[in-house]
Amino acid sequence: MARNTARPLSPHLGIWKPGIHMTVSIMNRAMGAGLATIGALALVWWLVAASSGAKAYATFIGIATGWIGYVVLIGLTFAFFFHMASGIRHFVMDLGAGFELKTNRTWAWATLIAAVMLTGLTWLIILNKGL
Amino acid sequence: MGSGTGLGRVRGLGSARQGSHHWWLQRVTAIGNLILVLWFIISLLRLPSMDHAVVIKWLSSPLAAVPMALFVVNVFWHFRIGMQVIIEDYVHGGMRVITLGALHIWTFAAGGFALFAIFKIAFTGAPA
Repeated sequence: MARNTARPLSPHLGIWKPGIHMTVSIMNRAMGAGLATIGALALVWWLVAASSGAKAYATFIGIATGWIGYVVLIGLTFAFFFHMASGIRHFVMDLGAGFELKTNRTWAWATLIAAVMLTGLTWLIILNKGL
Repeated sequence: MGSGTGLGRVRGLGSARQGSHHWWLQRVTAIGNLILVLWFIISLLRLPSMDHAVVIKWLSSPLAAVPMALFVVNVFWHFRIGMQVIIEDYVHGGMRVITLGALHIWTFAAGGFALFAIFKIAFTGAPA
């Protein structure tokens, strides 16, 4: 699509001071994309391995409980909880609420903190069960 | 809202009149995901272990297999819409067409395998 380069663009990334709100906003996309690719792949692999039999499942569990597996799974857990918390934040903003600078910053931090805490809680439960 | 000039419409500029539907479905599936993914995580955490026999027994129950299938449909639908928006924002020209096609194939192929696996376990139960 042709754009008339003689016309100015609206102010964008270059002129704004970076803040937690924009970090959280772009992270929402990044985490969503991660879940849609790596997350979906892990889910499909787990399901197909389980349906294929004990041997295929053992191969999956072997990789999932190796250090790469833990990094990916903890990452996916964080990505989900972050996408969830951030999604709820965007729901509220879709209603037109929470745009005051201080409120916006507070809730941006809250989504990040909630995601870290929920990820930690989930993995405490998992490790407690001794997987 | 203006509908632009006739030439603009021919060039595919302006509203396709589908944006709000797309946006709305993204929110509807998001609510579904909130329930279904939390159900999925809590269900896995409640299993005694992640051993093969345990997972098969769990997925053999309709109370696990049906929500699991809904979970796959809803999650894949949601990411199909979301990834399209991301691609449309950052990928341009011919690459956009190719990426959108790849997204489409990925969604349906991966979703198809996931659903097949769930139903296979649900219908055939635990292989002895």
